[in-house]
Amino acid sequence: MATYTPNTPIDDIGHKPPAPPITGGGDDGRSGDVPDYGARLRRARLGLICGIATVGMVFISLTSAYIFRRGLPTFQGESNSYVRDWGSIDLPWVLLGINTVILLFSSITMELARRKAAREAALAPVSSIPGISLGEEKNFPWLGITVVLGFAFLIGQWLAWSAMHTRGFFVYTNPSSSFAFLLTIAHAVHLGGGMIALIWAASASLLRRPVEARRIAVDITAWYWHFMAVLWIYIFLLLGLAR
Amino acid sequence: MATAATVHSHAPQGFIRKYIFSLDHKVIGIQYFFLALTAVFVGMALSLLMRVHMIWPTANWPLVGEIKPETYLAFLTMHGTIMVFFVLTTAPQGGFGNYVLPIQIGAPDMAFPVLNMLSFWTTFVGFIVLLCAFFVPGGAPLHGWTGYPPLSAIQSAGPGEALGADLWITAIAIFCVASLMGALNFITTTLDLRAKGMTMMRMPLTVWSWFITAILGLLAFGVLLSAGILLLMDRNLGTSFYVPQIMVNGQIVGHKGGSPLLWQHLFWFFGHPEVYIAILPGMGVASQVLSTFSRKPIFGYRAMVYAMLSIGFFGFMVWGHHMFMSGMSPYSAFAFSILTMCIGVPSAIKTFNWLGTMWKGRIRFDTPMLYAIGFVSLFVSGGLSGPFLAQPVLDIQLHDTYFVVGHFHLIMGVAAIFGIFAATYYWFPKMFGRMMNETLGRIHFFITLAGTYAIFMPMHNLGMAGQTRRYSQFTEVAYQTKLLPLQTFITFAAIVTIAAQFIFVINLFWSMFKGPKASDNPWDATTLEWTTATPPPHDNFGGKTPVVNNGPYEYGVPGAPKDFVMQTDPPTEPKH
Repeated sequence: MATYTPNTPIDDIGHKPPAPPITGGGDDGRSGDVPDYGARLRRARLGLICGIATVGMVFISLTSAYIFRRGLPTFQGESNSYVRDWGSIDLPWVLLGINTVILLFSSITMELARRKAAREAALAPVSSIPGISLGEEKNFPWLGITVVLGFAFLIGQWLAWSAMHTRGFFVYTNPSSSFAFLLTIAHAVHLGGGMIALIWAASASLLRRPVEARRIAVDITAWYWHFMAVLWIYIFLLLGLAR
Repeated sequence: MATAATVHSHAPQGFIRKYIFSLDHKVIGIQYFFLALTAVFVGMALSLLMRVHMIWPTANWPLVGEIKPETYLAFLTMHGTIMVFFVLTTAPQGGFGNYVLPIQIGAPDMAFPVLNMLSFWTTFVGFIVLLCAFFVPGGAPLHGWTGYPPLSAIQSAGPGEALGADLWITAIAIFCVASLMGALNFITTTLDLRAKGMTMMRMPLTVWSWFITAILGLLAFGVLLSAGILLLMDRNLGTSFYVPQIMVNGQIVGHKGGSPLLWQHLFWFFGHPEVYIAILPGMGVASQVLSTFSRKPIFGYRAMVYAMLSIGFFGFMVWGHHMFMSGMSPYSAFAFSILTMCIGVPSAIKTFNWLGTMWKGRIRFDTPMLYAIGFVSLFVSGGLSGPFLAQPVLDIQLHDTYFVVGHFHLIMGVAAIFGIFAATYYWFPKMFGRMMNETLGRIHFFITLAGTYAIFMPMHNLGMAGQTRRYSQFTEVAYQTKLLPLQTFITFAAIVTIAAQFIFVINLFWSMFKGPKASDNPWDATTLEWTTATPPPHDNFGGKTPVVNNGPYEYGVPGAPKDFVMQTDPPTEPKH
């Protein structure tokens, strides 16, 4: 709001003050050949949000198919009536529970890796000054641990599918088993994509890429990984509560 | 991750990196454009074969011989699929969106150039996989571009429903992945790479249209991908998502309990937004061209933006109007009907604003303008039959007739194609540095416009008379036979219209090499692509970063030295 004083020219009273120059828009701070890592991180996160929206839509549509198919009555010729053929599936809950714990634990280690990378990137300008020491940094391989836990989760899922086969449930046995396999395998495929991103982020360290570039790789991988963990909880609850 | 700022410090020199696996959005845009051009000729050839078969059902044709009913259905399927996915989705968004959007917002490239390249080549692979369906045992599938089960879900349901249908679904799934990558890139680029001063409400309406289209694609293609995976599982893994217990060729198939309606819900949840994915970029181009060639600001800029957002929003709520025939509850049908007619409001806002833009303008009737006016004409003609089909009681009568064929070809097919033509004639000078031939352009326009109406308007009459769609011939039923003369007329109109497209192709390639050199701003336009060199340098602005001071359609500004003010000119907004 404009403020007026006794010295304000009479003609200016009642008029809006001059509009500030518009400098908004998407200026990304491009300045020659010097990469702006802050802008790149923001851009990468924005891309990741779009990617997560896409994966979300895939699972939302699979969920709606799940609910639709579960409530669908089927005409049975023998009894000349409509029956529900959803069927049941005996899931290996203990194994799936262990897998859940492994994935959640991996999400924690991934977050620690993300914070470590962010701290390194923030301190890089200071630590590069000769004579400046930031003390002994604990170099715990959180990223490597996350990779191992990710593999452990996938192996655990493989064991769960084998257990379902052993109990006589295959993808075609009944709608319930079809969706159980579909949802868990679809999640595993997306988590596999996360594993590739993880290995790529880890290799950024080994290839001695700039610490800021490494931070971006770890950051977006971490957020995707957290999303995978949340998605798994959702699938776990869906399979458990809406059987 | 490789991003715009890092990848494009220097232009690549090798042929492979410069023209094949290029990261430059302009090269990728041109690649998309030529992919769509190839696809449209394949699709057109298929439509020609269908048309001639209808009036000469026993004739032998080069390459294909005598067309049997199942071959006709295979052509129908492939025509629809190629046109919808690889032309109407690919050219306006992948082609012109890729080429123009970054320049119009003042960016050096798309946000993720590597992803952009991957998106194009994935689309290309999808197209090749789709074409392979012609050459496998059984040939291409019969189930139409909508792929309704149980026909599409059972391998023994007919020739083409074996490997051909698997390839069809795989091609669609590949296309979905490519489109999702593209949509992600468009959204991030628009939100994050705009030049200083390029606020959202200073963006050209073309940018708005590509942005909203990308959002629709991001939310819609994932659903189609899921639906396709379920279909592949039903076909190959013995699941029963879509297939009830039915008999095929006298034998009970091993499925039970599934519902074809599940596919219809998932498919049309994608399918209706897909209509807007095809047409929204055309709306953006029409707005851009009509304002430029009327030498007037666009009428109601903000209303145009909100109308496009409303169209996108409502586009996700009306899928059920494709399913009035499915036996849905009348209450649901009523809701879908009302919501469908709601789309008429923003559509009418856009139409009246286009007319308002031209009203009392100093109109220049160059070829891009002709096509933009043609777009409006077709949008109105095709749109007016929409409220008919939005009524469940009328739709039940008209749904499986030529009325629907006429409706969707006008509104989604040819209107979008006119948008593509307007864009081609408008941006060709910027893309290739030369002007297209105006005389050939006008001849092409008038034949195409007249031909389009001659083909698709009579289809409404055929539909109201009860002529069924998807039939390969009409010689067995008396009342259908009586309508054959009109079908014959349509076929001859199609032959002339298709022949006229060669005028366009000749003009395109001749002008590319022999056309007169274009200046940097041949249309006296205002947006950022016309502030840079023709064709634009590798980083779009030759190392400079544009600063935007004005809106995108500053024509006829009082007191300005010219009748237009470019977006980078000193500010014209009155200072209070």
